[in-house]
Amino acid sequence: MLFIATGAAAAVGAGAVAWPLISQMNPDASTLALASTEVDIGAIPEGGILTVKWRGKPVFVRHRSKKEIDEAAATPLAQLPDPQADAARVKKPEWLVVVGVCTHLGCVPLGAPGSRGDYDGWFCPCHGSHYDTSGRIRKGPAPANLAVPAYDFLTDTKLRIG
Amino acid sequence: MSGHSTYVPSSAIARWFESRLPIIGLMHGSFVSYPTPRNLNYMWTFGAILSFMMVAQIITGIVLAMHYTPHVSMAFASVEHIMRDVNWGWFLRYAHANGASMFFVAVYMHMMRGLYYGSYKAPREILWILGVIIFLLMMATAFMGYVLPWGQMSFWGASVITNLFSAIPLVGSAITTWLWGGYSVDNPTLNRFFSLHYLLPFMLVGVVVLHVWALHVVGQNNPAGVEVKNVKRDTVPFTPYATVKDSFALAVFLIFFSWFIFYVPNYLGHADNYIEANPLVTPSHIVPEWYFLPFYAILRAIPSKLGGVMAMFGSIAILAFLPWLDTSKVKSAAYRPVYRVFFWAFVLTCVGLGYLGAMPAEGGYVIASRILTFYYFAFFIMILPLLGIFETPKPVPATIADAVLAKHGAHAMQPAE
Ligand code: HEM
Ligand code: FES
Repeated sequence: MLFIATGAAAAVGAGAVAWPLISQMNPDASTLALASTEVDIGAIPEGGILTVKWRGKPVFVRHRSKKEIDEAAATPLAQLPDPQADAARVKKPEWLVVVGVCTHLGCVPLGAPGSRGDYDGWFCPCHGSHYDTSGRIRKGPAPANLAVPAYDFLTDTKLRIG
Repeated sequence: MSGHSTYVPSSAIARWFESRLPIIGLMHGSFVSYPTPRNLNYMWTFGAILSFMMVAQIITGIVLAMHYTPHVSMAFASVEHIMRDVNWGWFLRYAHANGASMFFVAVYMHMMRGLYYGSYKAPREILWILGVIIFLLMMATAFMGYVLPWGQMSFWGASVITNLFSAIPLVGSAITTWLWGGYSVDNPTLNRFFSLHYLLPFMLVGVVVLHVWALHVVGQNNPAGVEVKNVKRDTVPFTPYATVKDSFALAVFLIFFSWFIFYVPNYLGHADNYIEANPLVTPSHIVPEWYFLPFYAILRAIPSKLGGVMAMFGSIAILAFLPWLDTSKVKSAAYRPVYRVFFWAFVLTCVGLGYLGAMPAEGGYVIASRILTFYYFAFFIMILPLLGIFETPKPVPATIADAVLAKHGAHAMQPAE
């Protein structure tokens, strides 16, 4: 009984000392403080994509054309590896806001006209993942759609990400 | 078979010291009088070469750390400062960067030697597994070292490799955030990688000591793959025989190493790493350092994220099970005619995967990677267990001395005086 009590106390003590050693590696207060960014989106032409930096990684703000919106909305969910309706991924249909980090292994997918992949969205050159105009994965090794960060429209042309 | 040291302290001071800390005797027993099989060939010199490279990396690394700054805004510039301003900085950095490659050249030769001569079989299983741990530590160290210059390949290599952990179900993204210390590879990541890049080589030294200890308990394997039966007939003392042979091999290896440092110092590197890291732009073609290419090809051959990551780690982990996967009683491939064919096919497979890892992941390259990945695993899981049952080995010599005699005739039994 005494041995068990001693052993238990030692285990709790070791755990209590180990935790700070492990936890120190998690994001620190200064990293957490940088958690939101404001962007002016008034100058993005239709069809254009603005890349902004948020939490050290790119966020794509895409001014979608009518055609791109229709393409995204018309895609049957059954064709998607990670089924999600376009309407659930946007606040205003003409603005798509996604984290520009491939869900495979973290490269930045290409979005310049001509290199947008088979589905007019983005193409990740690292291992060949294709995303559509809603940032959803369509083909390639990436398992999930491009993430949608938390964001708000402060005005019609001002966006706060995070 | 480590045998008792024949060391006899020759002075009163040495006797006084030896009776308090018998370290001279230990060194003498390990590297002077230690009996080595008389039939060792040059494939057995890579152990000494590896020890040399480890020390060389630590020395060049410690002096580089005197001039390097682990901060995202200064790391790239500090490496350029090493190259341009620091006295002999170019030499130290090229020696360290190419030294890592040479370290891997030597370790791959060393491992191939083990695979060919069955050095992982009883009683050397622990010795072999310690070797696999050394290999893992080397890979972790080299990976983190490559991040330090903070070029485009440093940054994107770090992103891709740390993202491998995000494939773990449920806790994956919490683990990657923890590894990064943020939401992407950034300053906290660079800082901890520097700290660990300094630490791991010393852990490596610790495991190498265990590796050599285990070696000196069970003794060296040899090209005949039979154990030492008679120390007098089957072995020669480490000094001068192994010492001289190892030194000669090391000298030749250093010529090869120097050629890289002085003539083609950037041949093994990637030009994109002379562009400073940019978190918003991924280079169009990311490749790891050459020594990781076969594993990278396996990662990309599997069309699923979790599957690819598991296959990649599995391809290394499986090495640890080798002693139990190979069911043949005969160690050396010299007496295993069928195994020998599969062995060379395996070596070609690894080289082929290395080539494919550097190619874009599309079309025929992917198909070829899948075929070779299949062979890589089949070699361990299917071929090795079955060969032990179906292969008829050639007659194995009874002793090392017999093997030498069969090859060279009786005069070879007299070691040159
Ligand atoms: C197992 C032994 C080691 C290996 C395999 C290794 C490998 C590497 C590699 C591949 C690089 C990148 C070189 C480049 O492309 O510029 C590097 C950089 C570096 N390493 Fe090591 N290293 C080892 C030991 C050490 C040790 C013990 C230190 C001591 C602190 C050290 C300090 C550094 C520093 C400061 C850099 C950055 C400067 C540079 O990039 O040249 N290394 N290492
Ligand atoms: S990181 Fe985008 S496909 Fe692998």
